[in-house]
Amino acid sequence: MLKIDNLHASVENKAILKGLDLAVGAGEVHAIMGPNGSGKSTLGHVLAGRPGYTVTAGSAQLLGQDLLTLDTEERAHLGLFLAYQYPVEIPGVSNMEFLKASVDAVREHRNEPALDSVSFMKQAREACKAVNLDQAFLKRGVNEGFSGGEKKRNELMQMMLLAPKLCIMDETDSGLDIDALQVVADGINAMRSPDRSFILVTHYQRLLNFIKPDRVHVLSGGRIVKSGDHSLALELEERGYAWLEDVA
Amino acid sequence: MSQEHIEHAIRKEYAAGFTTDIESDTLPPGLNEDTIRFISGRKNEPEWLLEWRLEAYRDWLKMAEPAWAHVNYPPVKFNEISYFSSPKAMKDRPQSLDEVDPQLIETYNKLGIPLHEQAALAGVAVDAVFDSVSVTTTFREKLWEAGVIFCSISEAVHDYPELIKKYLGSVVPRKDNFYAALNSAVFSDGSFVYIPKGVRCPMELSTYFRINEANTGQFERTLIVADEGSHVSYLEGCTAPMRDENQLHAAVVELVALDGAEIKYSTVQNWYPGDADGKGGIYNFVTKRGVAHRDSKISWTQVETGSAITWKYPSCILRGDNSVGEFYSVALTNNAQQADTGTKMIHLGKNTRSTIISKGISAGKSSNAYRGLVRMSPRAEGARNYTQCDSLLIGDRCAAHTFPYIESRNPSAVVEHEATTSKVSDDQLYLCQQRGLDAEKAVSMIVNGFCKEVFRELPMEFAMEAGKLLEVSLEGSVG
Ligand SMILES: Nc1ncnc2c1ncn2[C@@H]1O[C@H](COP(=O)(O)OP(=O)(O)OP(=O)(O)O)[C@@H](O)[C@H]1O
Ligand SMILES: [Mg+2]
Repeated sequence: MLKIDNLHASVENKAILKGLDLAVGAGEVHAIMGPNGSGKSTLGHVLAGRPGYTVTAGSAQLLGQDLLTLDTEERAHLGLFLAYQYPVEIPGVSNMEFLKASVDAVREHRNEPALDSVSFMKQAREACKAVNLDQAFLKRGVNEGFSGGEKKRNELMQMMLLAPKLCIMDETDSGLDIDALQVVADGINAMRSPDRSFILVTHYQRLLNFIKPDRVHVLSGGRIVKSGDHSLALELEERGYAWLEDVA
Repeated sequence: MSQEHIEHAIRKEYAAGFTTDIESDTLPPGLNEDTIRFISGRKNEPEWLLEWRLEAYRDWLKMAEPAWAHVNYPPVKFNEISYFSSPKAMKDRPQSLDEVDPQLIETYNKLGIPLHEQAALAGVAVDAVFDSVSVTTTFREKLWEAGVIFCSISEAVHDYPELIKKYLGSVVPRKDNFYAALNSAVFSDGSFVYIPKGVRCPMELSTYFRINEANTGQFERTLIVADEGSHVSYLEGCTAPMRDENQLHAAVVELVALDGAEIKYSTVQNWYPGDADGKGGIYNFVTKRGVAHRDSKISWTQVETGSAITWKYPSCILRGDNSVGEFYSVALTNNAQQADTGTKMIHLGKNTRSTIISKGISAGKSSNAYRGLVRMSPRAEGARNYTQCDSLLIGDRCAAHTFPYIESRNPSAVVEHEATTSKVSDDQLYLCQQRGLDAEKAVSMIVNGFCKEVFRELPMEFAMEAGKLLEVSLEGSVG
């Protein structure tokens, strides 16, 4: 699914990713943990193609295609989805409109027929229900005045409607109450499938009790410094990051 | 999406920019009393109207071009403009559409305004004005049955002299301002509407203005009189070919809403805005005003995307008690366009109410100013105004300005003013693109969201068009 080799990237001339390797197979769930400022969000943005993030060396392939030469929206069309750590607001544009436009754009590029409004509405309502957001949220401006937890659930709702191949979820579990955490975990589990992969960026091993990861990685100083199975997350929770060599 | 990318997109194609190769009678450039005599004679106007024009001209000579607007342009050389142009075939006005030059009909088809009634938008009657003359008016008979008069103003001068004499210049006096005086002297054509007492006009009325000839000015004059308890919705649209020279458009629109009447006046203005460097384009200097009598309502809705320079303040004089004035505006400037637009709400009567919703969008290196006056006269007991004035910036080389003027001379009057300025941010575009939308689609979605409150006010048929027009006008505003 995703293959990253020796990735180096910088923002504002500051090197942040410094030789990152990562391979995620189809259907797998990988968790990425690591200290604040180690480059986890940067990795997501570099893969998604955020303007201003420059790749200085290395490669990244999604489904066999070179990601790094594609435009931001082309990566989305290919099936990459990034659930933001800090979702932005678009006042005046309703969630519904935004979702419909996104779904239309993505379907168009997959050569799938456009959804008619009725089926779209139906799907949107179901997605709302799945993430436990009231349907009134469909009519509100994108993330406009949403609480932190509501924004995170809104990200998940978008992900459900767009049905991506690679889901990168940047701290979607941060700031959720206990029930919401369960809702989000259920939502992600329901979406798991042999042809869809997940990268879960998280600070809390707790999430991994709900979603069993295939691999757990520690990102530190712009590189993956340790990988293991679920037990690594438990160990990190107990011991922190300091014992790992290479921790910045 | 970096700022350079955003700038990159402001390269738009002006879809209405073609010219029509039609033989025309065009008066040589220049303006003097003979020019006015020629225009008046050409239209077989009665003596009183010629005198009326000449007086306006003499007043105009004594006036100076206004300099207070937040726009910049080289002085207009009024002697290098031609003040009259008519397609040759129009010399003897066609009696029916069959007699209209097919090339003209083709022009309007290209613009998406079919003049043949079978093909026309259902429920919309159109008066098409090409350069200085009205080409045809559709659905006349159907309107006639309802007692509604909808014709060119030249015809109205002959057929309804009493109405014209009574109302022409009654709302915008001849020497109201420099451009209004010029228009009064040389106005060529435009539309006249009269809705009789208690009649609800059975269809949307619409005038379509098109400047074709080079170096001509267009000086149309529109007069709408809604008699007591009547109701009418009217829409004007405008386009012009792409030309390197600037062309002048100085119109006057007068609305009279008698007791209990309602006039809804919508404009979709898409005059040629000039190229990306600011070469060419229409100077749009327009005076629009309505007088609202007791219990009546006048509502202006405008979507302004064209013109190199827009100078325009559709206004309401709320003369009668309980009368209502509304102004809903979207003004979009891109590239080197400049707009100074807004409204005046003059509250004279008791319990008069007005609402102003203005949405300014600036992209490229354009400049967009809202200028609005709300005046509460001493007599305007219990009057209320609500103003909301929002600006949206795209990129970082454009400018938005807000100039609200509030004069309240009645302590019981309430004036509320809200203003916001926002920017289409790189992060918003990034979010949209991450979700699969291209940058242009994203910007147009954000801009449409911003304009929603105004689009809602447009007649159904045109709300969609307005959205599309914004999309085209923004083309190239992001890359
Ligand atoms: N625009 C920028 N200019 C300068 N430095 C930046 C910029 N964006 C990110 N950085 C820096 O890059 C480093 C990595 O940031 P990133 O957001 O990827 O960390 P993170 O691992 O996601 O941290 P957290 O766990 O706190 O979310 C940080 O030191 C951050 O300050
Ligand atoms: Mg982060």
